[in-house]
Amino acid sequence: MPDATGLELIAQELRRAHEAAGRGSGDAGGVLDTAYFRDKAALLVTPASVQATLEHLRGMGYRFMASVHGVDYFPEEPRLGVHYELLDMSTVDRITVKVRVPVADPHVPSVTNEWPTADHQEREIYDMFGVIFDGHPDLRRILMPEDYEGHPQRRDFPVGGEPVFFTHNEPRLPRYTQ
Amino acid sequence: MSTPEVRRPSAPQVPYREMEESVELSHIAHEGDGEQELLTLNLGPHHPATHGVLRLLTTLEGEVVRDVKPIIGYLHTGIEKTAEDKAYWKVIPVIERMDYLSYYFNAMAFCGAVETLLDLEVPPRAQYLRVIHLELNRIASHLIWLATGALDLGAISIFWYGWRDRDRILDLFEMSSGQRMHTRYIQVGGVMEDIPLGFEQRVRDFCSEFPSRLDQFEALIDKNQIVLQRLRGVGAVDEQTLLDLGVTGPLLRATGNPWDLRKAAPYSSYDHFDFKIPVGTVGDNYDRYRVRMAEMRESLKIVEQALDGLPEGPYITPDRKYALPPRHELATSMEALIHHFKLVTEGFRVPPGEAYYPIESARGELACFIRADGSSKPARVHMRDPSFVNLQAFSAMVQDSYLADLIATLAMLDPILGGIDR
Amino acid sequence: MKRQKLGNGPDGDFRARGLAARAMLRGELDGPELEKHVEESLLITTLDRAANWARSNAMFPATFGLACCAIEMMAIVGARVDVARFGSEAFRASPRQADLMIISGRVSIKMAPIVRRIYDQMLEPKWTIAMGACSSSMGVFNNYAIVPADKFMPVDVHVPGCPPRPEALMHGILKLRKKIQDDPDMGWRTRYGGGGTEEVVEPAAADPTAGHSIGVSGGGRMGTSA
Repeated sequence: MPDATGLELIAQELRRAHEAAGRGSGDAGGVLDTAYFRDKAALLVTPASVQATLEHLRGMGYRFMASVHGVDYFPEEPRLGVHYELLDMSTVDRITVKVRVPVADPHVPSVTNEWPTADHQEREIYDMFGVIFDGHPDLRRILMPEDYEGHPQRRDFPVGGEPVFFTHNEPRLPRYTQ
Repeated sequence: MSTPEVRRPSAPQVPYREMEESVELSHIAHEGDGEQELLTLNLGPHHPATHGVLRLLTTLEGEVVRDVKPIIGYLHTGIEKTAEDKAYWKVIPVIERMDYLSYYFNAMAFCGAVETLLDLEVPPRAQYLRVIHLELNRIASHLIWLATGALDLGAISIFWYGWRDRDRILDLFEMSSGQRMHTRYIQVGGVMEDIPLGFEQRVRDFCSEFPSRLDQFEALIDKNQIVLQRLRGVGAVDEQTLLDLGVTGPLLRATGNPWDLRKAAPYSSYDHFDFKIPVGTVGDNYDRYRVRMAEMRESLKIVEQALDGLPEGPYITPDRKYALPPRHELATSMEALIHHFKLVTEGFRVPPGEAYYPIESARGELACFIRADGSSKPARVHMRDPSFVNLQAFSAMVQDSYLADLIATLAMLDPILGGIDR
Repeated sequence: MKRQKLGNGPDGDFRARGLAARAMLRGELDGPELEKHVEESLLITTLDRAANWARSNAMFPATFGLACCAIEMMAIVGARVDVARFGSEAFRASPRQADLMIISGRVSIKMAPIVRRIYDQMLEPKWTIAMGACSSSMGVFNNYAIVPADKFMPVDVHVPGCPPRPEALMHGILKLRKKIQDDPDMGWRTRYGGGGTEEVVEPAAADPTAGHSIGVSGGGRMGTSA
């Protein structure tokens, strides 16, 4: 893993590259925050700079995208997060890139064209959390039925399930066959 | 024929047929300029050759597969959502049932992530015990792959042989934990229980006998003309495409890339053991088969070394805040009683943080991402399942091959729908 | 759902039958007792009993493995717990050729209509074993994504376990076998009160002016099935 100082250096480099590419320094150069927790480096970036950040990291050696997964940070805003886990196979380094978007505007640019592994994984995040990936070739529900309403893994979606039949509530609950 | 109407529940008015037509045909270039018709064949979720409920929308031109779109979700169980509702200790049985052939690996990934968050140290005896069970599980998983793969190819007798040996491994699991499958043996901080007397001897018996069984399998399959013709040169994808698609595990190693987390980023004392990583050369189905057979032998070596070097000590972390105290202490010590009560009713609390813990499972990189928010229940558990990512490489593997090769490639891909659909 | 007693004899009591057998050997049974005993113990030639015996001894399971229970279901095909002893080793892939459906594994909401469709494609007589906790009740996962099998299809035997040992599944199959052998009126329609749902082809085409369309299939096939 890049250690804490290495992480800060990476963040600095990203900010510089972001400004150099003319995307302006209005949003802190794309990198909002760095976090170093339990020997693991993480960068929090703005949604708009996701693709550029990942490409820059690919240039630095993180050529393997291990995972793309979503998180619901309810009740903290912005609620929906997307995490990209990158891996550098030659030096066995991992780094996480995090993005957070609010539920009201859950758009994140898709990285499927540059990182083909993100295809099904972004579809799963769309299915489970409702994050819309702009530019994804085929954004449909992947795990739930196609006509399902709602995004199940959001924290305010109920877990659901059947009531468990115990002796004390069996007479009051309708049996399946009735 | 007129059938009298029976009471039907009102079906939702959704255009299923249109929604199912998700095969993009425009990118398929036709040589011969539209001479052949493209047939869309639905290898439906219920099919004897798909490993679990996988639905494949194949576009066939004659017998040649031009495109395949896997449709998954038929086993989606909401495991990750259920895990958010339960205390950390209670998540372990739920998360184990995800990839249902490598249950120890699921539990290991989850417990490793929790231990990372807690900064908890696992005693060396527990690490060795974990390794023994993980490698035995790897062998069991590969045996089922071999059994069902050979069944798909038509070599049905291997099915019985594979299951016979797997039953022996499950006897070992039953001896150490009481359950054949989904044993919840791996707990946060170590393992659930120490191994009983006689376990070591039984494992050594198994290890001494199993190589000859593998020899028997190889004698039957390796140079079999039918197997060679069906697997050699079929389904090869180059290494860079697989890396782009995020494929890990035996599929990647078959192309020659020796990426294995047990060697690259050793966890749970894997660096104490001397074992090799089998790699292939071409990356076709035959290499995948050979890589897994060789992996079984290497796993045996690891098990034997772990048994030889099994250190003495506690089998679970002595920190009573996270591990149940032994029962005999409950009669004498008040703190033990309180710890026991807190752990069983509420569970331990994990300080806020996020952890991503990758391990090398039988199918590739299995990782667990946990976000803890300080309470006794995880706020988000995500399992990065290798089969889910490996399935994306499937269409690249079967491009322009026959339908029979599609079945063989699916067998060698070793997808487990429980992990894919979670 | 009324439970039906197994066996026509004295509540299927094994011990009582043993005593009656001993009495017969000694020549002490006579009259109606003797007739009753002979009826129970010998394979008499009513076609029903013979047919049930044949059906129960050669059930063809459909390959319907869904999840972890499927692995234990495949283990009963293995040599240790051999289902071929009981005539059921021929797992048919096509539902048209199968008569036993072992729902092994969790049924997700996406899969439930497909399970139902395959069950409908099976020909009568057909039986179902809900194997494991997930298919009978919700099992370990009590959440939005799965359905217990009882909600959309009739189930004959529930085998508990997560996953049930192969021996447990064998016990369930043997229980089902005994059920088929002993109880001639085995149709699920009687047990679930589904009489009247058979599809009967009316020889006279439906009269468009007649009012009947819903529910009544008539034709004298009410109640029984199989």
